[in-house]
Amino acid sequence: MPRSNATDTQDLFAAEPQAQQSAFELKGSVFTLSVLRIHSNELDVIEAQLAKRLEKSPQFFANAPIVVDLEAVRDISAPLDFHRFVAMLRGRHFFPVGVQNGSPSQHEAAMSAGLAVLKGRAMKDAPNVAPLINAPPDTTAEPIPPDDEPELDATLAARPTQAHNTKIIQQAVRSGQRVMARNSDLIVLAAVNAGAEIIAEGNIHVYAPLRGRALAGVSGDTHARIFCHQFEAELVAIAGNYRVFDDGPPKELRGKAVQVFLDGEQLIVAPLD
Amino acid sequence: MATIIVVTSGKGGVGKTTTSASVSTGLAKRGFKTAVIDFDVGLRNLDLVMGCERRVVYDFVNVIQNEALLKQALIRDRHCDNLFILPASQTRDKEALNKEGVGRVLDELRDSFDYIVCDSPAGIEQGALMALYFADEAFIVTNPEVSSVRDSDRILGILQARSKRAESGSTPIKEHLLVTRYSPRRVEAGEMLSLKDVQDLLGIPLIGVIPESEVVLQASNSGVPVIHFDQSPSGQAYDDVVARFLGESRPMRFLEPERKSFLQRLFGT
Repeated sequence: MPRSNATDTQDLFAAEPQAQQSAFELKGSVFTLSVLRIHSNELDVIEAQLAKRLEKSPQFFANAPIVVDLEAVRDISAPLDFHRFVAMLRGRHFFPVGVQNGSPSQHEAAMSAGLAVLKGRAMKDAPNVAPLINAPPDTTAEPIPPDDEPELDATLAARPTQAHNTKIIQQAVRSGQRVMARNSDLIVLAAVNAGAEIIAEGNIHVYAPLRGRALAGVSGDTHARIFCHQFEAELVAIAGNYRVFDDGPPKELRGKAVQVFLDGEQLIVAPLD
Repeated sequence: MATIIVVTSGKGGVGKTTTSASVSTGLAKRGFKTAVIDFDVGLRNLDLVMGCERRVVYDFVNVIQNEALLKQALIRDRHCDNLFILPASQTRDKEALNKEGVGRVLDELRDSFDYIVCDSPAGIEQGALMALYFADEAFIVTNPEVSSVRDSDRILGILQARSKRAESGSTPIKEHLLVTRYSPRRVEAGEMLSLKDVQDLLGIPLIGVIPESEVVLQASNSGVPVIHFDQSPSGQAYDDVVARFLGESRPMRFLEPERKSFLQRLFGT
């Protein structure tokens, strides 16, 4: 949180409002986690199959944070011993961090075992995902076919979440128009004309002439940058540090491909090649 | 079903009314039944340029407010039988124009005409917004100078965001750049933006270039659209514009300074 323009509300989050430097900052972030979907609540069955599956690549999931999906077993009334489950997974070098899609009582039990309850997307959305551990059909556990290594990847491999939001504008941004990309990068594929304003909380890319104003990292991200193909801007700003080009950009930058970034407090406009 | 064309620019005095008069005349001369509407409520220019100011009885606002029938207000052009003028009112303000009223009048015209040309007032206020709102195609009239280009850019943004086609998400308005008052001599001297500069800045297809000429002023004063002056470069350039609009391919003319021959200089023509 930038101290310079800290408001009362922002101070509520600061650990010591009177201190020069906050002892911490709170930020949201998105992580990719592996999901272990169980189809049985019999820990012995799970452990046996898991052991067999991990034989080939014991280090593959070493200390991988993992979320246990309970959707398939949420209606099974027999309680799941989460303390034992966690110990078992740790023993196999997994690092369970939470559960999702379970019943309220399962969630309560998981929490008491030190697991977080995550608001997960229902796995129904992804019917193609092969189950890792099948519930025993009748009496015997279904043997795992030897050639199902790819399935392992499909199931346990990181489920990609959208890493970055990006707003893409294909049409020219014209005089008097303003484009705002909240919480995301902004890519403009046509000219940003004089008198137009493009604003992003993330980075800005303009693959055409930039003649108007471009403001990146407007919520205080000092690492945000502006990239453009043909630099003719009236104003550029990163995290509130701005520079105006009253008489047009300097000759050595005019019309060039440039990037704009912050070096400490200083706003740098540098050619890209 | 008529095509609605708006002639607009943002900036004033660039040649919107001259263009509306000549383009509508050019379409009518080619046999299309055409109506030209003056949206500049409160000022009134089109009837003067078309030479029908003495025949104005009812106007656009009268029709919108149901004080007159459309056929009572439409004035038949002096030169072309299938050209009709719907004049603006001088005694009202632009707030008299509203979407419902304008839409109703245009709908009524659409059935019996081929083209409806809407002569927009300058600015980006109600009159200009109403003139462009229902458009299918747009002529963006631009002079080769920075402020005119800037205002044209602004109006293009409005066409793309606030027109009926933009609001309903249908095919966008087809945009045509018309550069007027172009003086190749002054471009050469660096006093005016070049055609290429204007095209680069606005990035829309060029439909024509009208050279700066005294004939345009004479034509306006005499109430005859300049396209009738078929010996003058301006008149010929407007004829080219209409031809290109209708799909003909004609090379751009009048882009180089006129080199006068010895005899021309001698006789001062």
